[in-house]
Amino acid sequence: MRLNINGKEHVVNDVAEDTPLLWVLRDHLGLVGAKYGCGVALCGACTVHLNGAPVRSCSIRASAVEGQQITTIEGLASQDGKLNAVQAAWIEHDVAQCGYCQAGQIMAATALLKSNPKPTDADIDSAMAGNLCRCGTYTRIRKAIHAAAEKLSGEMVSQN
Amino acid sequence: MSAVETSILSADAYVQDLLRAAEAQSAIGKFSRRAFLKVTGLAGGGLVLAFYVGEQGMALANGKAQEFAPNAFLRVAPNGTITLYSKAPEIGQGIKTAFPMIIAEELDADWAHVKVEQAAINPAVYGRQSAGGSRSIPMSWDQLRRAGAVGRAMLVSAAAKQWNVSESECTTENSTVFHKASKRKATYASLATGAAALPVPDEKSVKLKTRAEYKLLGKRIGGVDNHAIVTGQPLFGIDQVVPGMQYAVFVKCPAVGGKVVAANLEEIRKLPGVTQAFVLEGTGKPTEVMPGVAILARSTWAAFSARQKLQVKWDESTASKDSWSAFVEQAKKLASQSGPDSLRNTGDVDKVFAESKPVEAFYSYPFIAHAPLEPQNTTASFKDGAVEIWSPTQTPEAGVKLVADVLGIAPEKVTLHQTRVGGGFGRRLMNDYMCEAAAIAKQAGVPVKLQWTREDDMHHDFFRVGGFHSFKGGLDKSGKLVAWQDHFITFTQDGQRPTSGGDLSPDEFPAQLLPNARLTQTKLPLKIPTGPWRAPRSCSIAFATQSFLHECAVAAKRDHLEFLLEVMGEPRWLQPGNEFALNTGRAAAVIKLAAEKAGWGRSLPKGRGLGLAFHFSHAGHFAEVAEVSVDANRKLTVHRVVVAGDIGPIINMSGAENQTEGAVIDGFSAAMGQQIDFENGRIVQNNFDAYPILRIASAPKVESYFFESDFTPTGVGEPALPPVAPAIANAIFAATGHRVRSMPFTSEGYTV
Repeated sequence: MRLNINGKEHVVNDVAEDTPLLWVLRDHLGLVGAKYGCGVALCGACTVHLNGAPVRSCSIRASAVEGQQITTIEGLASQDGKLNAVQAAWIEHDVAQCGYCQAGQIMAATALLKSNPKPTDADIDSAMAGNLCRCGTYTRIRKAIHAAAEKLSGEMVSQN
Repeated sequence: MSAVETSILSADAYVQDLLRAAEAQSAIGKFSRRAFLKVTGLAGGGLVLAFYVGEQGMALANGKAQEFAPNAFLRVAPNGTITLYSKAPEIGQGIKTAFPMIIAEELDADWAHVKVEQAAINPAVYGRQSAGGSRSIPMSWDQLRRAGAVGRAMLVSAAAKQWNVSESECTTENSTVFHKASKRKATYASLATGAAALPVPDEKSVKLKTRAEYKLLGKRIGGVDNHAIVTGQPLFGIDQVVPGMQYAVFVKCPAVGGKVVAANLEEIRKLPGVTQAFVLEGTGKPTEVMPGVAILARSTWAAFSARQKLQVKWDESTASKDSWSAFVEQAKKLASQSGPDSLRNTGDVDKVFAESKPVEAFYSYPFIAHAPLEPQNTTASFKDGAVEIWSPTQTPEAGVKLVADVLGIAPEKVTLHQTRVGGGFGRRLMNDYMCEAAAIAKQAGVPVKLQWTREDDMHHDFFRVGGFHSFKGGLDKSGKLVAWQDHFITFTQDGQRPTSGGDLSPDEFPAQLLPNARLTQTKLPLKIPTGPWRAPRSCSIAFATQSFLHECAVAAKRDHLEFLLEVMGEPRWLQPGNEFALNTGRAAAVIKLAAEKAGWGRSLPKGRGLGLAFHFSHAGHFAEVAEVSVDANRKLTVHRVVVAGDIGPIINMSGAENQTEGAVIDGFSAAMGQQIDFENGRIVQNNFDAYPILRIASAPKVESYFFESDFTPTGVGEPALPPVAPAIANAIFAATGHRVRSMPFTSEGYTV
């Protein structure tokens, strides 16, 4: 099986045809940022990007996404380690409590800002609806998304 | 009684021991045991300090005091690295940041250049190393301050000696000692080796800072693992990997107490990726290892897939037959009576009730699950009679001892590594999953990572116990609350005492403050295991008492705020000096503050209301006001919750606010839609579709206000949670005139 993850080609052998992408990432490739929470796409802890769109990796077969662009939390920062705006905002706003859901939250938020650079509260509600936080950090998640959006729009202005 | 039944009972006794240990109330702010600091060597030189505790008074402490302390609270290396060790499990409560902040404050270390590491499990060196009862801060406050202050004193000594000046002329800041008169300064790095050669002063002799001198404590400091979290680094139990490990699942009887009669193991062993399948008899205790089938495979998915094909014949002759619907029917029938157990009987409630018609109401709340987002797991490697374990646990010391017992080896043969914990909420005070992994690894002869599924996690919990309260409240002619009666219907495993987390204190608010109070209790027999859930007892009892108190205020035609303050009465500390006892002065202050910040008394449009509630638990006084709208279809919007709390000085303001925000959302989430049903001993709910965790769209705005009084600082993980549910229920009444008397609110037709 050939998978393109974070811009790198990975060859994975000895994987059952029906193995979800989540377990290939975690058990076979050692990319453990995506988390197992429910196994049936109810909690969002396993969220990764497939061709830039957020998907629940627990419920997608790895064999079905061969040759497509997969991005995980490990691939969000730039090569030199610079965090993306969402990751930086998560640190700035000290969002995490236990931290278990946060990789999934960050993946969902990053995808949201890519498609909608200035989300309203309602946009955030709908884009983040699939990601549970058992510790209840939603207040900070919302703040961090708005802050990241603001920072990104500032960067766009300065680039222009 | 059968052996299995006896085992289940002793498991509940063990859970009660864990809860008692977690909620121990030894003198806070003082050392209750003989303790002194030792300098230990560090390769390459430098200063290392470890507290050496001469005696272990903790019931669950493991191991004897060791002469040599291999780990320490702080290390100052000659290269300038200052490493602080956080001794307790990080479960999302922020302790891995708060603990080192306390040490760094007294050490005067430059926080920007401090490295924090998780300490090894060694209670002989560190004392209490568990996370529960919101006790981490109060129990370690003095110990950690003195660890830092002793380090600072020795570094100052080293500098003073080097400069031949008096220690009292030296000051410290940002990991540097200054002698201002001679304009000299020396970094801690440069002083480390010299300091290590000095005698360690008595930690009781070192001067601690006053609050006015704090530079770090009380500030907003981000979590020390934040970078690792946002980049997806392996931090959690589930992320651990050991060379050669296999992946295991463990299948137990869906009704607790069932034993394996037969299983299609031959068929399972032939499935792709499967390496082994075997039956474990277990110890029969839900806190250790219940009978079940272990399947090992080359990947998690292979193990998960194989279990779908597993067929087990269970002997359920001694298994639970518990039925929630039957319990509800029983409780309703008992509501009009008093219970056989008398918990408190002061004054004469009957006289008050005879003089004027009492207010009456029946409240109920369900069993709920902890549902931490990281399902239970542990990685274990058994070799040559010793076991090494990586586990997300709240009670590592207890875990070591329990694993040793289960495997029949000495505790010294158990090495436990603390991982970050993907949510605790009280579930991981129990170490059943750790025992299972160790037992499977021993039997299998290979390292294993045991992974529970979400369904396993929901079915095999130690649930927050449900309960029922049949209340009567008595008012005098002036509308003052003067009598309180509660027939509390709870559960018991052993027929003697309430099941873990299901007991009502004779001193429960407000009975303790009223001239006439009668608390009685009925205990229904139960086999399903129960245990502490975030703010045990308080998380459910506060909903009933604080809602019924509001009912009494309404019946008296009085303002709830004024009525509640009148119940508190004169400011007094019920047990002066004991932070775990109610202080009505602190209570009144937070109640007034919450009311003021929420704009109590302002008029609101139809369908919108404010609700107030107070609760004291875990040494925290918390009042909350919820602003709620309800539409014609009983759809709720919780716009805002104002939280006012007094837990003494705040260690990390960002952490404290995060905890109150989370507690409000968790409390609302549980009250709104969570319920565990069971029939014939089987848990009905399987996953988050039937057990809803609140989602972002329904999360209210949370405003937190802390009093920051001069009392000893206490914990904030739990006490902000209990007032949320009654504050929202009271707001629903204010908005609609409908009284919510049962959780979850969905059972009364509400939605979000």
